[in-house]
Amino acid sequence: MDLKGSVHKFGDDVNTDYIISGRHKFKTLDMKELAKYVMEDLDPDFYNKVTPGDFIVGGSNFGCGSSREQAPLAIINANISAVIAKSFARIFYRNCINTGLPVIECDTDKIDAGDELEINLQAGVIHNKTKGVDLPITPLPDVMLQILSEGGLVEHFRKNGTFKFD
Amino acid sequence: MGKTIAEKILSNRSGQDVKANDIVIADLDFVMGQDGTSPLAIRAFREMEAKGVFDHNRIAMVIDHSAPSPLEGVSELHHQMRSFANEQNIHFYDIGDGVCHQLVPEQGHIVPGNLVIGADSHTCTYGAINVFSTGVGSTDLAAGLISGKLWFKVPETFKFVLNGKLPEGVYSKDLILYLIGDVTADGATYMAAEYVGEAISHLSIEERFTISNMAIEMGAKCGLMEADDKTIEWVKAHTNKEFTPVKADADATYAKVKEYDVSNLGPQIAMPHTVDNVANIGDVSHVQVQQGVIGTCTNGRMEDLRIAAKILKGKKLHKGTRLIVAPASREIMLNAMRENLLEILVEAGAAVVTPGCGPCVGTHNGVPSDGENVISTANRNFKGRMGNNRAFVYLGSPATVAASMITGRITDPREFL
Repeated sequence: MDLKGSVHKFGDDVNTDYIISGRHKFKTLDMKELAKYVMEDLDPDFYNKVTPGDFIVGGSNFGCGSSREQAPLAIINANISAVIAKSFARIFYRNCINTGLPVIECDTDKIDAGDELEINLQAGVIHNKTKGVDLPITPLPDVMLQILSEGGLVEHFRKNGTFKFD
Repeated sequence: MGKTIAEKILSNRSGQDVKANDIVIADLDFVMGQDGTSPLAIRAFREMEAKGVFDHNRIAMVIDHSAPSPLEGVSELHHQMRSFANEQNIHFYDIGDGVCHQLVPEQGHIVPGNLVIGADSHTCTYGAINVFSTGVGSTDLAAGLISGKLWFKVPETFKFVLNGKLPEGVYSKDLILYLIGDVTADGATYMAAEYVGEAISHLSIEERFTISNMAIEMGAKCGLMEADDKTIEWVKAHTNKEFTPVKADADATYAKVKEYDVSNLGPQIAMPHTVDNVANIGDVSHVQVQQGVIGTCTNGRMEDLRIAAKILKGKKLHKGTRLIVAPASREIMLNAMRENLLEILVEAGAAVVTPGCGPCVGTHNGVPSDGENVISTANRNFKGRMGNNRAFVYLGSPATVAASMITGRITDPREFL
């Protein structure tokens, strides 16, 4: 899976209320509608700034807070191709894998807003084209790789009827 | 080699001898969803082409986050939950029954040693009664509904040794805020927290729930405590189910251990806009407040209402302030009526709203206006959390909220005790 796009940079502790506010998420299951409000409380114009394929890059503890799966789904529907951070909160991390959104742990200090990145998930490397450097990725556990490669947990269950790991 | 509580429960429920960082598939004792997460889980359940749930008696859905419905869109989602609950014959709690994390233990669904998932991040609450419980998202919930199983990475454990006894006017809410401020919002990420020591032994079960409830605010997967005599008595008062409590071994391996003496702790406040931005109350006592909130899954229980009523008895809210009280469950509301607590609070000027989440998550029941300060007993103060990103939310104990309502500024409750 090769991903290409430019970077939208955020800080530490980006919580799920910032990703999609509670005042929007309870209203609807229409994720295209919710996507318009992604990151609204941090950057009101964020949705309009995204070119399909772009990346959200955060610091540590990205996705902390509530268990709302609307957070990764709204990010996916805002046409973000992956989220990259130094570390993730665990519920958000699981939710991303389950819904098929790649989450990548790496040292994001060497990534700035607007940088162009190329990511090869299999090879486990981020190439920062703008800065001309390669950044190593912390590998995903095998079960998560399998769920992600199958397209998410819904597909895994549709295929197997239960959890079934190689 | 010895095991932590988390390692033991996940060993028991997976049928394997596991240690931290192993990945296991384990059997679930109970599965819960609320109205912010269940509709997506129901959709995933359908997409997974499931025939039915694994065990209708070990599943509950709760309408608490937007209850009663404030909007047409929410009403449609609630309708989907009611239809699903009816179709699958699961436990169902509708508007006014209470907030999920009060109902699951109060209604006797869980016992010490259990493994529980809930599609709500504060599912870690049940750690206070020795239950490995953790928050998940909607797709994990759907997988749990179907299979009665989930995969887990066995967490390492961060042990908090809490010595001494909290002084008068200082509560378990102050203690957990202090700990979160100390270790920060990601201090226990990917880990189980174990809270042990004399300070915990002195606390009631209700006070312990407040601590475990906020384990997620330090990033923890669960907030575990051992079951003592108080735990066993409390659980037996709520269910006839048999159970075997799980203790950590003396030679268990911990990723981190931190020791505290709580004897001199004062009231603590989490300042906007993160839960780990914690101050001693004296440092924020100049802050004027316009709205108070007493309730939520953190602090909406009988003891919380009792202390608020004790402080507000015969008093009136300060001019220009308003107070919203949301009992955590129907049973608590009824008991608070029987003890005349609601009468005292309403006479003082409080608005009592439906048992449930109250205004915590900004969907209804008291959205603050621009520039306003709120003092709340909830567990989160993120920007926009209460529905307005230009308002400021401070977190404290029920006593602190009650005292602040009398003065109109953040106030040390010990002035009124």
